[in-house]
Amino acid sequence: MMRQVALGTVELQTRREMLDLVVVDGKARGIITRNLLTGEIEAHEADAVVVCTGGYSNVFYLSTNAMACAVTAAWKAHKKGAFFANPCFTQIHPTCIPVHGENQSKLTLMSESLRNDGRVWVPKEKGDKRPPQDIPENERDYYLERVYPSFGNLAPRDVASRQAKYRVDEGRGVGETGMAVYLDFRDSIKRLGADKIEERYGNLFEMYAKIAGEDPYKTPMRMYPAPHYTMGGLWVDYNLMSTIPGLFVAGEANFSDHGANRLGASALMQGLADGYFVLPYTLGDYLAKTKLDKVSIEADPFKAAINQVNGDITKLMSIKGTRTVESFHKELGRIMWEYCGMARNEKGLLKALELIPKLREEFWTNVRVPGEANYLNPELEKAGRVADFLELGELMCRDALERKESCGGHFRTSTKLQTMKLKGTMKNSAILPLGSGMDQVKLKLGTKKNSNLKTLNSQLAVINRGLYVS
Amino acid sequence: MSAKTIDLTLKVWRQKGQNSEGSFKEYPAKGVSVHASFLEMLDQVNEALISQGQDPIAFDHDCREGICGSCGFMISGNAHGPIKSTTVCQLHMRNFENGEVLTLEPWRATAFPVIKDLMVDRSAFDRIITAGGYISVNTGNAPDGNCLPIPKPDADEAFASAACIGCGACVASCKNASAALFTSAKISHLALLPQGQIEKEKRTIKMVEKMDSEGFGACTSTGACEASCPKDISLTNIARMNREFLKAALCEKPEHHHGEG
Repeated sequence: MMRQVALGTVELQTRREMLDLVVVDGKARGIITRNLLTGEIEAHEADAVVVCTGGYSNVFYLSTNAMACAVTAAWKAHKKGAFFANPCFTQIHPTCIPVHGENQSKLTLMSESLRNDGRVWVPKEKGDKRPPQDIPENERDYYLERVYPSFGNLAPRDVASRQAKYRVDEGRGVGETGMAVYLDFRDSIKRLGADKIEERYGNLFEMYAKIAGEDPYKTPMRMYPAPHYTMGGLWVDYNLMSTIPGLFVAGEANFSDHGANRLGASALMQGLADGYFVLPYTLGDYLAKTKLDKVSIEADPFKAAINQVNGDITKLMSIKGTRTVESFHKELGRIMWEYCGMARNEKGLLKALELIPKLREEFWTNVRVPGEANYLNPELEKAGRVADFLELGELMCRDALERKESCGGHFRTSTKLQTMKLKGTMKNSAILPLGSGMDQVKLKLGTKKNSNLKTLNSQLAVINRGLYVS
Repeated sequence: MSAKTIDLTLKVWRQKGQNSEGSFKEYPAKGVSVHASFLEMLDQVNEALISQGQDPIAFDHDCREGICGSCGFMISGNAHGPIKSTTVCQLHMRNFENGEVLTLEPWRATAFPVIKDLMVDRSAFDRIITAGGYISVNTGNAPDGNCLPIPKPDADEAFASAACIGCGACVASCKNASAALFTSAKISHLALLPQGQIEKEKRTIKMVEKMDSEGFGACTSTGACEASCPKDISLTNIARMNREFLKAALCEKPEHHHGEG
């Protein structure tokens, strides 16, 4: 791209935010942007539009995303008619530095690779507030190794995240807030030496020490899951074109590659695949095959879009209420995390669907946006983004409510367990929640014969593989 | 983890825009959790300002993980604050004492005009990068593994130079407001790798010329840049830039027009 920039065929327009899509005769023909430094509203005409604006984890307020990540561009396209697919498929990453308090603004991801050498545990006793090094071995619950002996600490992301939640819900969470679990490198350091651990994870250990103020070589890290990636997004076909002809969507902004649960390192890969191998061919193909009339930013659809954008901004600025944008975003985040987070059920989702529209109504009558519209105004930028999150949040809950089965990142606790009787010598049955990631395997064994358990284990392993591969 | 809190007094540079006059204004920051980051402390101050109907303090930020290069300002004379190898977003309040008075100022350099308060326009850095052009390696199929052998120490050194996030702390800390550490890190990153050899001379000359024309000062090897760099970019990059520039100035082929595209 920089080659084209040097040749003058591409002009970079930095510090702009897309605030609307312009559709002319059913085709995407331009966008409206706001210049973040001057507040100017700008119209751009185009033969086609490619949206690469990332995911919407910030709907949870606290996430591993950067602060400016928003759903706005994708959401405006959705409101102009592009279908939105799988909005409730969100990934909660198991290894993040936990929340410290009310003023926390974001969560930092620690690489998943840490689980290669770290052992995850909580105290066996509820409310055990002793420092980790004072808790003897037999009073620690290495719960991932206990619940998933074949996966151990390397259990899949959604499973590891939910297990951490269960431990915290049981009152066995650690740290001052009780909202964390330990990730302990003591045994690996003993086995491999601190040098080897430093070589593998030195930068991560340093980062952790900086944020948490504790030395992970001496005391276990505290970890808790955090929203990290959104598998859902604008629906696209195999050519990465949305349901609006001429609107292409690449990367996390689309829904296409990750099903219900993204696997490690594949987000970057999708960016490369979409950008290098798909779009250069499909976009050219669209332009070659499509007859496009000339459009001008003076045309009515552009004027209408500019009016809409200006209208929304004027409205936001004129409310002059009593609550800050941030306070609405935090409240929405808490609702989403509580009722549409790691585990969801009908009751909670219905509750969220009651709370979100109320919050949205309060936002549009009581938000306070300081400053001016036609000047640099970070609060106004945030207000626009939160307004869109308040609409997206509702859609996510509706989708989660509609999807009664559990699937990857979407885990319904109320899913009626499909039971399956294992054949063989088993006297009693094993109840397996199929499709739920094997979280709640309930074993009812009358006679605990070793051979029976072995059969059961091998069958579980088969089912496990089936679930995770598919 | 919100048990321990401290109270601070902030003297903050407030300036509406590039052409307005600025001044210091004092704000209390009360009940700040020691586990909060510096930017989270500012968020808290801003929430209070907005509630009182005042204009919040503008500062740049985005990733809050120390990797995007958006944040940065002077805290009592230190770029990114008193802790070494740390951006302000990764600077935690446990490093400050209860009752401290902190002075917050934007980066001060002719080439970095103030946008508002603590925000400065660092697009001069973008223009230096753009002047360097591109690497004429076409995308396409992935090359065979190991077809371009790179010694591990070279790869490590190139990586260390590439760690520069372009925050501008080096310019702000330099008494000459020189961008030598930034520009040399960008030149070194590519000069150390085989992929960067083809346009090496052209790139070095163009980036150095752009750096000078943007209004940055000259380097007098004081080393304040290295000391303030949150990514530990080494001063040896500047020596390498000077060497590459001299070599390029002596060996550069005359520019001819070529119509690549």
